[in-house]
Amino acid sequence: MAQALINILDHWGLHGLAQQGWLWYLVVGLVQVALILALVMTCVAVYTWMERKISGRIQDRLGPTRVGGRFGWLQPAADGLKLLCKEDLVPAAADGLLFRAAPYLTFCAAFIPYLALPFAPGWVVQPMDTAAFFILAIGGLEVFGVILAGYASGSKWSLYGAMREAAQVVSFEIPLGMCVVVPVLMAGTMNLTEIAQQQAGWLTSWNLVNPFALVTFFIYMVCATAGTNRAPFDLPEAESELVAGFMTEYSGFRWSMFFMAEYSAMFLLALLGALLFCGGWNGPIPVATMLWLTPEYGDIAAFAGNFLGMCSLITKGVLGVIFMMWLRWTLPRLRIDQVMTTCLKYCVPLASIMLVGTMVSIFVLRGGLSHPIKPVEMPAKQNQRTGRDCKLKIREGHASPLLLRRPMVCGKIFWQSRGTGFQPVEFDTGKMPVPRWRPSARKSSHTRPQSSNFQFSIFNSQFSIFSLSREGAC
Amino acid sequence: MQFQDIHQQLSRRFGPAILRAEPVAIDPWIEVAGGLLAEIGLFLRNEPALRFNMLHCISGVDYFEPDAKKAAAVPWQPHLEVLYHLSSLVCKHRLVLLVTLPRWQDDVPGRLPELPTLSSVWKTANWHEREVFDLIGVNFVDHPDLTRILLPEDWIGHPLRKDYRPPHEYHGIARRVENAG
Amino acid sequence: MPVERVDPDLVEFDLRSDEMLINMGPQHPSTHGVLRLVLRTDGEVVSDLTPNIGYLHRCAEKIGENLSPRQFVPYADRLDYLAGMNMDLGWSMAVEKLLGFVPSERLRHLRVLVCELDRIASHLVAAGCYGLDLGSFTPFVWCFRERERILLLFEELCGARLTYSYITPGGVTSDLPKGWLKNCEKFLAEFEPVIDELHATLTSNSIFIHRTANIGVLSPEMAVDYGCTGPVLRGSGVDWDLRRDGEPVYTRMYEGYKFEVIAQVKGKYPEDLPYPAVPREAVLGDCWHRFYVRMLEVVQSMKLIRQAMEKYSQTKEVLAEPIKLRQKLTVGTAYLETEAPKGQTGFMLISDGSPVPWRVRIRSSSFCNLSVSAELCRGCLIADVPAVIGSLDIVLGEIDR
Repeated sequence: MAQALINILDHWGLHGLAQQGWLWYLVVGLVQVALILALVMTCVAVYTWMERKISGRIQDRLGPTRVGGRFGWLQPAADGLKLLCKEDLVPAAADGLLFRAAPYLTFCAAFIPYLALPFAPGWVVQPMDTAAFFILAIGGLEVFGVILAGYASGSKWSLYGAMREAAQVVSFEIPLGMCVVVPVLMAGTMNLTEIAQQQAGWLTSWNLVNPFALVTFFIYMVCATAGTNRAPFDLPEAESELVAGFMTEYSGFRWSMFFMAEYSAMFLLALLGALLFCGGWNGPIPVATMLWLTPEYGDIAAFAGNFLGMCSLITKGVLGVIFMMWLRWTLPRLRIDQVMTTCLKYCVPLASIMLVGTMVSIFVLRGGLSHPIKPVEMPAKQNQRTGRDCKLKIREGHASPLLLRRPMVCGKIFWQSRGTGFQPVEFDTGKMPVPRWRPSARKSSHTRPQSSNFQFSIFNSQFSIFSLSREGAC
Repeated sequence: MQFQDIHQQLSRRFGPAILRAEPVAIDPWIEVAGGLLAEIGLFLRNEPALRFNMLHCISGVDYFEPDAKKAAAVPWQPHLEVLYHLSSLVCKHRLVLLVTLPRWQDDVPGRLPELPTLSSVWKTANWHEREVFDLIGVNFVDHPDLTRILLPEDWIGHPLRKDYRPPHEYHGIARRVENAG
Repeated sequence: MPVERVDPDLVEFDLRSDEMLINMGPQHPSTHGVLRLVLRTDGEVVSDLTPNIGYLHRCAEKIGENLSPRQFVPYADRLDYLAGMNMDLGWSMAVEKLLGFVPSERLRHLRVLVCELDRIASHLVAAGCYGLDLGSFTPFVWCFRERERILLLFEELCGARLTYSYITPGGVTSDLPKGWLKNCEKFLAEFEPVIDELHATLTSNSIFIHRTANIGVLSPEMAVDYGCTGPVLRGSGVDWDLRRDGEPVYTRMYEGYKFEVIAQVKGKYPEDLPYPAVPREAVLGDCWHRFYVRMLEVVQSMKLIRQAMEKYSQTKEVLAEPIKLRQKLTVGTAYLETEAPKGQTGFMLISDGSPVPWRVRIRSSSFCNLSVSAELCRGCLIADVPAVIGSLDIVLGEIDR
């Protein structure tokens, strides 16, 4: 995505900005965030409308029909307007600062993971080797906002909501993490782009086809529903028990922040599930390949292919969200002890079995431990950007016992390892000049190493504080 | 079991405490002395032939005519009555117990008449006695929690008494005056 | 065990160190009105519950002392406003008992017809709201959709949707309008499959069973002791229904009708119709059984309505006028309990011979049913409190009167 942006800016003759590294960084960063925010907010708006329509249809009602024509398209806008106009109440007993801060914390935690989420090959704000880990880690911070909100409200019901959230988060985060490890194991990387790319092709190449992954996917969806506080796991805000739980004292815009956070977290987890299990941007049928929309056929074709891929991914995400909505309007709520039982007593052992099963299946299907790990020397490929030879060393063989160690190692050094994945690309950095972005780099925008090169060019070593890349650290 | 048999059993057991019986009324009733009410209740509940295991309702009635002109015409002296509607789900018979009380204990206005509680015999009596206390003003002795149930705790008076006058003001809420009489 | 009195100002002092006092209501989504429950909680565990009622007290008994029985009818159907017909019936029959009035055949069948229809409406609200209490929104809307059709039938019948004032002492306000029976038949035919849907989303839903089975277990002895009646009593396995076991004044209304009293007797529910099976987790007298009894009673009511429609069509007489607005009453006392949807509702009239009763007393089923809640909720979780209260199916209009 960044590359596409650069193309556009370059088209306007603004590539002089590239000379000013920090300014360039700022502009690109802002534009990227704005784009992601626009995408997510649009989705949230559509989801609020969709939730009403879907619940309406499930309940034999029409849902919104007034604002914006027959189908009430403008209902989210009307809702937003109403929420903005409402009085912003802070209870006298509340801890003012924390009470005001909590919605933003929750919202940020729900939004930041999108920065690491790839929508298509290379279309990601911040390519990361450990994107899966990053998303789970940051997404988990959402709980702090909820607990703060409950604690700071000065209401007993809110406090109950917060305590329930705390109890729930320790229940579902564990199986959720384990579910994510399964596709990571299968792919041998935590890089979401990589995981999705490995599932390219027909439906049969999806991770879901693996029976272990299939079960894991269902556990994942259960935990994702719990993670987003959606029914039947909506205990922190259980309206028939706790009035509105941690949101009891919130109104107007602050309340809508929680609301938006909930929907964007739903979308995020649905997208993550799609990336990990359902082929990511690779549709059940490789339409893009069939229509020659691949990088080999030029930029426009690649862009169109990526766009198709993004549509495919978003469709899967939306389907995931619809699944959660469907659950919500069908099932009664669980009790807090039953939530913990479900997550800890059923989901964790099941996920563990799946994890072990996946490992075993990898060994069995891919030749077992005896399979040697061969560093494969790729033919030297000319780096189009620098014009120099670039030595690529790609390791092959998933049977590596290192496989298990890698996530841990990566977790430790993830800020250094951005952009290269478990198949380390070793650049001969000594030969490379301080890179600078040039228009000729356009052609190479669709393979991962190049996209990292782009980052490289932007965050070059003078901004070491931002340069999260191994190359940049040199 | 027929009403007559129930009456006989009670008379045999409690003798003078069984004051009157009215077998031909719409709902036949037996009047008993207030003092032995708890024992009578226990007997009615536990006696194998009677087994009155359900207390349906406790109702207090105030017999008092505030209008002096009409008061001269009524056939009774001012008093309170408490009615207990009992039935047995086992033996499928019904009974009404009636207790007569003075309107005020020792005729001192403000001192509520006393009656032993039945809440240890039937749990239903707990809330019903609170209600009778609240609205009619009968003091159920040994009741575990004899407080107002329908009205606020700081309410004054017992509204179902015929001479009750509602307050003109309650916590700053004024009563409408046009019907104040 | 005595209900501990909780004074909101003082109570914080006698809390144990881990305890918190929390007010559920009077404004709370799952207290079914303005009920206030004071919960003493240790974390999520409720160690004590004190119901606090009276927020909807409207002096119904006092009003009754100032109005003639026919004037009181609109007040009667505001007691249990979810089953106004049954309240009207209870009041009217108590008055008729005092007057010695015997309803004609046509009137009797007409009353069975509308009362059973209203019983379905009331049970639908109970079932739907119970789903809502447990966090399931959809069955609630489905129930209200079906109830709406009953209300439309009633609207056609008497112009009111909730407070009907239709059954009055001595009769009803008007006979059925033309074509009403056909509409009613149509409703029954279309309602039947919905019951299966409700069973699917609630009764036999696994989460629903886990939330209700073995929660708030009310033993039959305790139920009788607390004066619990209606589905709450029958849910505890006590085979007692006033429509069959009541006073002759009342049971003769149901003479010639075939229906089952829904209660688990000797481990079995009546098997005249196919019902979903009782889950293994359910214990007799728990929330699940109370809900189940209501759901099955709906089917029995449908059976009764079908019979009533047939019997009603066979009578040809013209309905007599109800009693006069200020008809003098017989001197005496009459107390009559009828089987309302929520339990046995009793009305007592004491008359001194004037048109206005000396004293009116209302025995409320929800009042007694609620009094057992403290016992049922002791030691349960906060989430179970709505489950227990909802399963008692209370309506505050009747409790506070």
